[in-house]
Amino acid sequence: MNSVTTSPLAADRLTIAFGGIKAVNDVSFTVRPGEIFAIIGPNGAGKTTLFNLLSGIYAPRDGRVLLGGEDVTGEAPHQLARRGLSRTFQNLQIFLRMSAAENVMVGRHLHEKRNVFAHLLALPSVCRQNKETRARAEALLERVGLGNLSSRPASALPYGALKRLEIARALATEPKVLLLDEPAAGCNAVETRELEAIIRGIARDGIAVVLVEHDMRLVMDLSDRIHVLANGRTLAEGTAAEVRANPAVIEAYLGVAGVQEAARAGD
Amino acid sequence: MGNALTKLIENRYAAILTIAAIVLVLPFIVPSTFYLRIATLTFIFALAVLGLNLLMGFAGQVSLGHAGFFGVGAYAVAIGPTHLGVPSWAALPAGAVIAALIAFIVGRPILKLKGHYLAVATLGMGLLIGMVFTNEARWTGGPDGMPVARLVLFGWIARGPQTWYWISGVTLALGALLATNLIASPTGRAFRAIHDSEVAATVLGVDVARYKLIVFILSAVYAAVAGAYLALFDGLVTPGTAGFLRSIEFVTMAVLGGLGSVFGSVVGAAVLTVLPQVLTVFHDYETIALGAIMIAFMIFLRSGVVPSLAALIGRRTP
Amino acid sequence: MPEFLQFLFSGLTVGAIYALIAVGFTLIYSSSDVINFAQGEFVMIGGMGTFFLGAAGVPLPLAALLAIAAATAVGLLLHRLAIDPAKDASAVTLIIITIGASILLRGVAGIGFDKNFHSLPPFIGAEPWNIGGAAVLPQSVLVLLGTGVIVLLLWLFMSRTLMGKAMIATAANRLAARLVGIDTSRVVALAFAISAAIGAIGGILVTPIALTSYDAGTLLALKGFAAAMLGGIGSPIGAVAGGLLVGLLEAFGAGYVSSAYKDAIAFLVILGVLFAMPQGLFGRGAIERV
Repeated sequence: MNSVTTSPLAADRLTIAFGGIKAVNDVSFTVRPGEIFAIIGPNGAGKTTLFNLLSGIYAPRDGRVLLGGEDVTGEAPHQLARRGLSRTFQNLQIFLRMSAAENVMVGRHLHEKRNVFAHLLALPSVCRQNKETRARAEALLERVGLGNLSSRPASALPYGALKRLEIARALATEPKVLLLDEPAAGCNAVETRELEAIIRGIARDGIAVVLVEHDMRLVMDLSDRIHVLANGRTLAEGTAAEVRANPAVIEAYLGVAGVQEAARAGD
Repeated sequence: MGNALTKLIENRYAAILTIAAIVLVLPFIVPSTFYLRIATLTFIFALAVLGLNLLMGFAGQVSLGHAGFFGVGAYAVAIGPTHLGVPSWAALPAGAVIAALIAFIVGRPILKLKGHYLAVATLGMGLLIGMVFTNEARWTGGPDGMPVARLVLFGWIARGPQTWYWISGVTLALGALLATNLIASPTGRAFRAIHDSEVAATVLGVDVARYKLIVFILSAVYAAVAGAYLALFDGLVTPGTAGFLRSIEFVTMAVLGGLGSVFGSVVGAAVLTVLPQVLTVFHDYETIALGAIMIAFMIFLRSGVVPSLAALIGRRTP
Repeated sequence: MPEFLQFLFSGLTVGAIYALIAVGFTLIYSSSDVINFAQGEFVMIGGMGTFFLGAAGVPLPLAALLAIAAATAVGLLLHRLAIDPAKDASAVTLIIITIGASILLRGVAGIGFDKNFHSLPPFIGAEPWNIGGAAVLPQSVLVLLGTGVIVLLLWLFMSRTLMGKAMIATAANRLAARLVGIDTSRVVALAFAISAAIGAIGGILVTPIALTSYDAGTLLALKGFAAAMLGGIGSPIGAVAGGLLVGLLEAFGAGYVSSAYKDAIAFLVILGVLFAMPQGLFGRGAIERV
């Protein structure tokens, strides 16, 4: 049984309110190493707010965020990134004025030397580092199937490619935990299958994946465990089968048809 | 042919080599020293605009008070020799350091702001600096300004367009080189990331506050050095050097030439330095022209002259 | 005590003008997210326009009306030619555009009028009244009354007329307003027109006291903006409160601390507000959604 101290990411009674409404209310969970952990729930359930809490964009009113067993509550996002947390965005936050490769190269920032004077003088070490950063970026783009688009400006890429670009960029930080906010939104069946393969690959590398998704087949196919949110509160948590059979979940979110659709995904 | 031209334009060092080439060749093709004087002024302003471009074009921040730093550099080389007995060659770097310090102190709180709040805050900062220069007459000579002693290096006096042409031209080329190096580095990528999406930059580990401060300080140093050069070249400094209109001129030069383009900074400075010389009535109509240019470019040619030209040539590629 | 009252009245007077400018900022900002840096120029057109028309022989009341009309026309032109074409641009782009408009108008005024200071004769007499030991100019009282009337009329317009309600709707949510059939472009144009008019009126009211010149607009805009920010940008009551407060701070600061740096007070206010309470006294903070 994994305890909280070895968990890559844990939420402990997280609560945040906006103008009197508790968007996230007393939510707790513990992600296991190498696990694919999904968070599902109706729109407005607080899933993205939860992600913003976990990635340090919001500070909780109550509760803690634990990364690798350490209390990181209230730390800034770039500090959490240093600790091994990375994420993608529901509304895509691509660097549109940069090329696909450059987008991913920014992801390597943590692993680059940050001496501004060396950069000004373009010392040989900087040039070497630039080459290595670019090589790693190209490799990551290859991995998500964007290898041939690396020098295209990001603004010229289609939506599906941008979603994968964000994943490649998030992977560039060499995270231990990856938060994916609706990676399959707007993707067709083929793109979703490709995405599934990418996510499985990430988990196989030992990275814990936390997934917010509405595509139930994808969720049921991929997830080791599912956490259900409704109105900011935890409704249920368990394996795909357990959650599918939970009457409260069916009523609040899945619906009978949803359960049938999810069942078709197979265990 | 088009493809090769595009590749040439996009080559990182094309801008610097072009600048260096212009600096080297110009003295041999112009008919009189009057033109060297204009070129010197262009190089000086281009240096200031280059720094502003790093801040606005690459990092996406806005500063409507940049003439304040320009003035700090200018008054440093005026006050140093006259009131403090500090020779010009030491007062110049001192001015740059003071500008950097002001940028550091003011920048930490100011750069937390965005959009129009940042614009107004920088505008206020610039005006405040200008007010100090106008009011503290004992040190600065008040509204009429004060004379500036010539730069003396190892017994040799630097005066006249011929000398300052080379000093400012070489400094501009160096400044452009440093800027280009920076842009191609992790720091430069951090600037550009902050411009496009601060939230994405921060979750990728970029310390946004730190980089905003770095680019602000850097742009202040560029402006201060340029300001010092102008004061030493002119032999005179007035509060107008740090004034609102000058800040606006810098922004217009950056916008016209192309935000996010190193060579664009030079082009913008050139156009707005040469124009008043060519159209002598320009001085009266200067503010009207500046205003019209800013509006027109922001509506019709938002990326500025150089990037638009580059895109045009690129599009012609078969 | 008389000294205190003196500063109080002069602070309130100049504060009333800042309030009018701030209300103008707020109207435009609420309906279009544009910070109109050219706001101060409307005040300048009011004062300078009236003076020059008067000097050309036009009876002053008519000159004043014409100047207000001119300012309104300029406001509409500004919207039509510079703001509307760039309506989806970034904040920085719009800032540059309105700054460009500001200095363009400044330049035109410098050429079209001249570069000297000018004044207008006080409306109801130049002899100061004695109020509690302080010498108060009748014009000051007019400024305060005039501002009060304008703010009241504006409030009536916004809350009682259909067009006014359309403006409030556009300010609340532009997309929703369009979806219910409101022509938001017209609403924004109206916001510019009203802002220009009240700015011009303010300029005419205050010129007998504070003089005017072709470049008076810049500092006025900044102080008006400081007032709008102090009150909470987007809040009309805040704009009025902010304006009066900035005026008072300036008067008392100049009187008791230093008059050389009088103009700096407004900037210090801006900086203070931005860091201590960015949403101002009456505003609501905005949340960025990711």
